Amino acid sequence: MKILRPDLAAIAAMIPPRARVLDVGCGEGDLLEHLAAEKQVDGRGIELSQQNVNACVERGLSVVQGDADTDLADYPSAVFDIVILSQTIQAMRSPRAVLAQLIRIGRHTIVSFPNFGHWRIRLALLFGGRMPQTTALGYSWHATPNIHLCTIADFIELAAEVGARIEQAFALTEKGRTRPMRPDSWGPNLLAEGAILMLTAAGPAVSLSTRSKA
Amino acid sequence: MGGDTALATLPDSGQGWEPLMAEMANLRFTRPLAAPGEDAGQTIGFESSLTLDAGRALSPFTVAFKTYGTLNDDRSNLVLICHALTGDQFAASRHPLTGKPGWWDMMIGPGKPIDTNRYFVLCPNVIGGCMGTTGPAETDPSTGKPYGLSFPLITVRDMVRAQAMLLDALGIEKILCVLGGSMGGMQVLQWAASFPERVVSAVPIAAAARHSAQNIAFHEVGRQAIMADPDWKNGDYALHGTRPAKGLAVARMAAHITYLSETALQNKFGRTLQDRDSFSFAFGPDFQIESYLHHQGITFVDRFDANSYLYITRAMDYFDLAAEYGGVLAEAFRGTQTRFCIISFTSDWLFPTAENKKVAHALNAAAANVSFVEIASDRGHDSFLLDEPEMFAAVRGFLNSVASQHGVF
Repeated sequence: MKILRPDLAAIAAMIPPRARVLDVGCGEGDLLEHLAAEKQVDGRGIELSQQNVNACVERGLSVVQGDADTDLADYPSAVFDIVILSQTIQAMRSPRAVLAQLIRIGRHTIVSFPNFGHWRIRLALLFGGRMPQTTALGYSWHATPNIHLCTIADFIELAAEVGARIEQAFALTEKGRTRPMRPDSWGPNLLAEGAILMLTAAGPAVSLSTRSKA
Repeated sequence: MGGDTALATLPDSGQGWEPLMAEMANLRFTRPLAAPGEDAGQTIGFESSLTLDAGRALSPFTVAFKTYGTLNDDRSNLVLICHALTGDQFAASRHPLTGKPGWWDMMIGPGKPIDTNRYFVLCPNVIGGCMGTTGPAETDPSTGKPYGLSFPLITVRDMVRAQAMLLDALGIEKILCVLGGSMGGMQVLQWAASFPERVVSAVPIAAAARHSAQNIAFHEVGRQAIMADPDWKNGDYALHGTRPAKGLAVARMAAHITYLSETALQNKFGRTLQDRDSFSFAFGPDFQIESYLHHQGITFVDRFDANSYLYITRAMDYFDLAAEYGGVLAEAFRGTQTRFCIISFTSDWLFPTAENKKVAHALNAAAANVSFVEIASDRGHDSFLLDEPEMFAAVRGFLNSVASQHGVF
């Protein structure tokens, strides 16, 4: 089994055993395979690239080729314990609609994304005068799939707009570590390379245990 | 659907195809299967009646089938193969009439994607078929004559009901995986909808939840070709000692075009002439593509019954799974525990990816466990019968994952 990317390892650590999980933009299925092997989750994936989907199915994972921007509407409400959107929301055509769908489909939603408010990016634009390219965002401006970049502060505002409550928040550091953060403080928005947030539809708290299978 | 796994051309006899067709018309359709040295499979006769959607019942009836591999002690390793329109039970063994390898020989066998060292593979001939299962060519016990058009109309659901009775007779409750392409995929979807508790996993390939208007139209052309043949004799050709070979061959030729793609035809044949340098300025087969289609037509009539073709194409036309469930396809799969893997091909215009995706969307809406794989191929609908490594890899990965999840090995 492959070694998980640090942000995926951090996400995996947030998921309870035997949860029903949907990984939106699951790539070649590294996280799903890890979760199936280590946590016995009932995992599903949606992936845009057919090549990646075929790779997932060959690995025995349940993955459909699809576009999160359009296909999430097919899913019934609250069918998954956890929905994951890792490093993908910035590539969505309508992040707001996608986020609204995610919190509808999942009892909990984990979103990770690169922080465009990181100090290196701010400095690159301020002094370089060009669109920043970093290790997390390594594309030139005209070729990037990342069409809707945001800062942690921006994302928190969007989450509130779609009626999501933040349950857990972690900053991703430059060395690939995660540390708990207060999402509304200015520090992480300047210092974190990315963020991992667990959200739920606003309302009474929902426990993070696996739903009992009736 | 074709069973012919390569685009072959037939050397031109110099006379067109009329003499060949005349010769074919003199042959009687040979059943039961008796080519020396070939395994004709098994049959089970049922005295109980098969209730049909048409409101009639079939009794008695026979189901012919082939098996490969060994059923394990807890009867948990059954892989059921559903064949397409002109397929049969000889999925992985030499065809007793044509002598050709099985139509899914690359898929099924020791060490192959459906590994017969691990799984017990069962492939039945559909009801209405002509390879041993009761169909219009069989003798009606109440009259002592072949059924012909007195055979009741059948549906895909009737085919599946007969298969369920076969499993009951064999004492097998659960299907580890049911797979099939084209009409076989329709049966797979019907199995999952009608008997969800018996189907652990399902792989519909190059299929759809309903037959489209265009597909019905092509089938109707084929049926009209058969019925326009004077030798068809209103379906009673067996009594008259004739065979509607020309009509059936034309039906096959028209259908065969729909199993390929424009790209495949262009690449293989283009406008190349058959054994000549210039046009004949006559209606013989000048072009290679004509010669190829003639070959497809002629070889088909050797192994298939014209009335069966009418009945089975009709069954496909009637297929509309959502209609059974108030027009909402997701309702067909409500609460299903079956794992699905849907496979389509990019160049398939008969059962295009969009139709396959509708099934995937419906399964998502039912919160079912579904994978969906689209395979890039320029070989059209028949890709599911051909050497498509990505299809093999997907089937192998999916099946093994299901088997290990259910403790089969």
